[in-house]
Amino acid sequence: MNSISKKATIFKRKKYRSEEKKDMISGYLYIAPFFIIFTLIGLYPALFSIFLAFQKWNGLSPMTFNGLANFQTVLTDPLFWKSVYNTIIMGILGTAPQLVVGLVLAYLLNMAFLKFKSFFRVTIFMPYLTSMVAVALIFSVLFSNHESSLANFVLTNFFGLDPIAWKASEWGTKIAISIMVFWRWVGYNTIIYLAGIQSIPNDLYEAATVDGANKFQQLFYITIPMLKPFIILTVFTSTVGAMQLFSEPTVFLGRDAFTRDEAMTIVMYLYRDAFRLQSFGTASATAIILLVIITVFAVFNLKLTQGFGRKKRGGADE
Amino acid sequence: MSKQHNQRRKKFSIGRIFVYLFLTLASLVSLFPFYWMFVMATRPSAAYNSIPPTLTPGNMMVENFKKVLNQIDFFGGMWNSFILCAVVTIVVLFISSLAGFAFAKFKFPGKNALFVAILVTMIIPPQLGLIPQYFLISNAGLLDTLPGVMILFFLNPLGIFLMRQYIAEGVPDELIEAAKLDGCSNFKIYWRIVLPIILPAFATLGIIVFTAVWGEFLWQFTILRDPEMYTIQVALAQLSNTNNIDFGMILSGVFWATVPLLVIFLLFNRLFISSITEGSVK
Repeated sequence: MNSISKKATIFKRKKYRSEEKKDMISGYLYIAPFFIIFTLIGLYPALFSIFLAFQKWNGLSPMTFNGLANFQTVLTDPLFWKSVYNTIIMGILGTAPQLVVGLVLAYLLNMAFLKFKSFFRVTIFMPYLTSMVAVALIFSVLFSNHESSLANFVLTNFFGLDPIAWKASEWGTKIAISIMVFWRWVGYNTIIYLAGIQSIPNDLYEAATVDGANKFQQLFYITIPMLKPFIILTVFTSTVGAMQLFSEPTVFLGRDAFTRDEAMTIVMYLYRDAFRLQSFGTASATAIILLVIITVFAVFNLKLTQGFGRKKRGGADE
Repeated sequence: MSKQHNQRRKKFSIGRIFVYLFLTLASLVSLFPFYWMFVMATRPSAAYNSIPPTLTPGNMMVENFKKVLNQIDFFGGMWNSFILCAVVTIVVLFISSLAGFAFAKFKFPGKNALFVAILVTMIIPPQLGLIPQYFLISNAGLLDTLPGVMILFFLNPLGIFLMRQYIAEGVPDELIEAAKLDGCSNFKIYWRIVLPIILPAFATLGIIVFTAVWGEFLWQFTILRDPEMYTIQVALAQLSNTNNIDFGMILSGVFWATVPLLVIFLLFNRLFISSITEGSVK
């Protein structure tokens, strides 16, 4: 009897151990597809880009080692710095208002008395579903150079201003592109903020009401501080997205996209080097510089939003 | 009595009117480009020059779309985009749920490190590897083919992250233990137990992946150079590349390419909106 139960436990343990081993193999097996594809088309190209950044290569003849010359070429090219400037300006114009307006819209959409809530929510979210190419084409007609384009009609008739060549002027292109970025993304951020607002427990507001806090105080001392994680998330994603701007300016300007410099972004500069000028070394160097720029901006903006939240909370403590 | 009076007064307070005004304005701003796109798609290109601007639909709907068909392979592009998105969505759902299952329910050495590695890959900008990726596809003879476009989209770290979350929360350990005692293999557990439970999460991730791939441009634009193989995004982008720019035609193409997605969205808008929030908030 005793030996039988001993045998049973040994058997059980053995079975358990083989079960554990099986689970281990399954575990590796099930995550393998991702890692195989990742190694092939994610990791290897990323590393190869770094290698390529130090080579001179036109895609056909053999590569030759070029040291830091590619980086020097890119960093001393005025057009590259123009593209950095353009990207930052359009990034600020396109995303900063978007986040503020998104926050306001989400706050209003959450008002208890509001009727037609789902109608407002659906319509405000709708632009996000149009592809970037579609948005750029719609706006390329809205904001064409013609004096009779709708944007110019509004400008001249309602504001008494002169018509703008939206596709051929320094600020015209930037403003038109920023507006289309704003239009497409504001609803997306609204929906995320709305989800955040709805996750804030109601008793916080009730307590504040009891303490005599008005709606504005509630917004600044409860809603915004509690939304901090969501604000950080949207600031992070829109910063990274803004630094990668490509489709909107490319499609908006059509055949002029790679010959004009008013709206050339860093990724467009990279694309032009690689696929128009066959200079793959400098394009790869640009990719590395872009990675550095994105990292710097993402960290900077994260710090900024975190600091902003902290100050607000300090205010609430007083 | 006075309370009622108070409430009634509140209903018409300036604050409320302002809220409605602001939201109505926001809705109009959202909707106007759609409406205007429809108007232009039904008008001759010359309507564009009229002052004041034309704001009512005309009767050129069919003619403008015919011009689109002369310019680009519209239906071919829609079909290519559909196949691309459908295959990518199915493959990503499979890869992500399988890996998510492993990360949520199995113990194996290096698990946490590997999971963190997946999260780190989310931060790498897609442009970093663009050039080697292009040559990889080119050397494999996959330029101008849909598989050449697809393979990059199979990489979806967000999918694994979401699926791990859902499986960890939604599939009880006891259920898996019980199935094991019954002698189920791990893959059978995945197929028979995990999959049915996480089907709602498939809808969420599926919508995220499908819409993202449908609208992506840079990679499709890089890999597809042959007009026969264009997806709808690349085909649409060609509309503004012609010598005689025809606004009616451009917006007709954009309109008919946008309508199917909008109809699907309006039918399932709750699902769409919740998928976006869950995808980014989880």
